[in-house]
Amino acid sequence: MLEVEGLACRYGRIPALKGIDLRVAQGELVSLVGANGAGKTTLLRALSGVLPTWAGQVRFEGADITALAPERRVRLGIVQVPEGRQVFGPLTVEDNLRLGGYLRRRAEAGRALERVYAMFPVLRGKRSEPAGTLSGGQQQMLAIGRGLMAAPRLLLLDEPSMGLAPRLVEEIFACVRSLKAEATTIFLVDQNARAALAIADRAYVLETGRVVLEGSGHDLLSNDQVREAYLGL
Amino acid sequence: MSAQFVQFLLTGLTVGAIYALVALGFSIIYNASQVINFAQGEFVMIGGMATVWFAAAGVPYAAAIPLAVAAAAAVGLALEKFAVEPARGASVVTLIIITIGASIFLRGLATLIWDKQLHVLKPFSGDTPIVLGGATLLPQSLWVLGVSLAIVLALAWFFGRTLLGKAMLATSNNRLAAQLAGIRVRHVLALAFALSAALGAIAGILIAPIAFTSYDVGVMLGLKGFAAAILGGMGSGAGAVVGGIVLGIAETMSAGYISSAYKDAIALLAMLAVLFFLPSGLLGRRGTERV
Ligand SMILES: Nc1ncnc2c1ncn2[C@@H]1O[C@H](COP(=O)(O)OP(=O)(O)OP(=O)(O)O)[C@@H](O)[C@H]1O
Ligand SMILES: [Mg+2]
Repeated sequence: MLEVEGLACRYGRIPALKGIDLRVAQGELVSLVGANGAGKTTLLRALSGVLPTWAGQVRFEGADITALAPERRVRLGIVQVPEGRQVFGPLTVEDNLRLGGYLRRRAEAGRALERVYAMFPVLRGKRSEPAGTLSGGQQQMLAIGRGLMAAPRLLLLDEPSMGLAPRLVEEIFACVRSLKAEATTIFLVDQNARAALAIADRAYVLETGRVVLEGSGHDLLSNDQVREAYLGL
Repeated sequence: MSAQFVQFLLTGLTVGAIYALVALGFSIIYNASQVINFAQGEFVMIGGMATVWFAAAGVPYAAAIPLAVAAAAAVGLALEKFAVEPARGASVVTLIIITIGASIFLRGLATLIWDKQLHVLKPFSGDTPIVLGGATLLPQSLWVLGVSLAIVLALAWFFGRTLLGKAMLATSNNRLAAQLAGIRVRHVLALAFALSAALGAIAGILIAPIAFTSYDVGVMLGLKGFAAAILGGMGSGAGAVVGGIVLGIAETMSAGYISSAYKDAIALLAMLAVLFFLPSGLLGRRGTERV
């Protein structure tokens, strides 16, 4: 579904990604782990088209999308739930969700809204509150819900469990599992490497802008290098 | 209430409504782009001057006014595309200087296309004053108040009820998240400039029959609108309206009861007082960074 070849990105003149090759097949859950500053967020931003590509190619279902504008990618179904939630704080919960469905027809967005409320009932109760007043966990649910409103075919999740209490982390991962069960293709970045690898069909390890390891989630969990560097074993 | 007081109040409201429209233009652009557009006053000038020009060419108001508003909106779009967008990422000061440059350019252009004379636009519904509790009101004042009210209601509906309006608010709140939601932020910026320009132009057209218009009418009106926006809280729509009305009434009262010599200083005083004592304005969001 997604194929990335030799992708390089820079911030000014500083390279952040130095030739990334990876692919995500339809229906797969692929995780990306790596230390702080490895370039995970940079990669997702490049995939969403909000950061220009310096070199390389990104293909989605065979078509070259390297130069496509962000909204065109959203229309194709490449939807990102960004790091740090990034909810529209002064707008209400429901407005945040409706904006997630900005490119969809009204009736479709209405149905999607009901599904999101069914998935996260707490959001329904807070639908008229400003998003900025929600707790961290609720904001994360809102961020995910906003992403789902866009009808993702490939969902890019950046650190969805960051800064959450363990019980909420479990809830978020349960939600990721149920999305996978509904056949959404998912590319997951999470600093909780153990959980991210355990849930993944396949995974990549990123170090300073390069992919250094790849394999099935299960294999990487038992890889000595990974255990030492990311699982603290 | 004495008739004199009512008179000052009515005049103040009329002037204040104009300031409010200009202030709304400042706030809309500021919200969408963090730019303080010091060319805002030129939209006021273009609205008034273009209408005078079209009317002189025999175009009836019903066509001349929409044409003038459209011309100003086009200039607003051009300003965004050719002056502001290329400087994306530049510092706030740079952007402010760019808009000041643009305003000087537009004034120069106006003297080339038109002239340096004062012009007056014929009032929309005659000039027989309406007597109201001892005070008099020009029919044009009713136009100013009525149209301003309609615009404020329309804007409240647009930003409060439509997805496009909310997309504009979302873009100003979090550009990255807006892009990820599929909102074209370039279009939002363009829309903000066009909308602000149209508001300015409407203000310029409404006031032209009362206060004359000329190539440099935008300098003072732009400044007053800016002061009103600061007074109400830059970026706040309700603040722009309240700031405009308060400033208009304060000016008229001081001119009436003290001396008209100080009229223009009121705006400056109000701005300074707000910056010192209430940095986010009467209705601005507390704790947001300021320029
Ligand atoms: N806007 C930016 N401007 C300049 N450099 C940046 C910018 N954003 C990130 N970087 C740099 O690019 C590199 C990769 O950052 P990135 O945010 O992609 O890492 P990450 O893997 O997501 O880290 P984290 O786990 O902290 O989220 C880092 O060295 C970072 O300092
Ligand atoms: Mg990151």
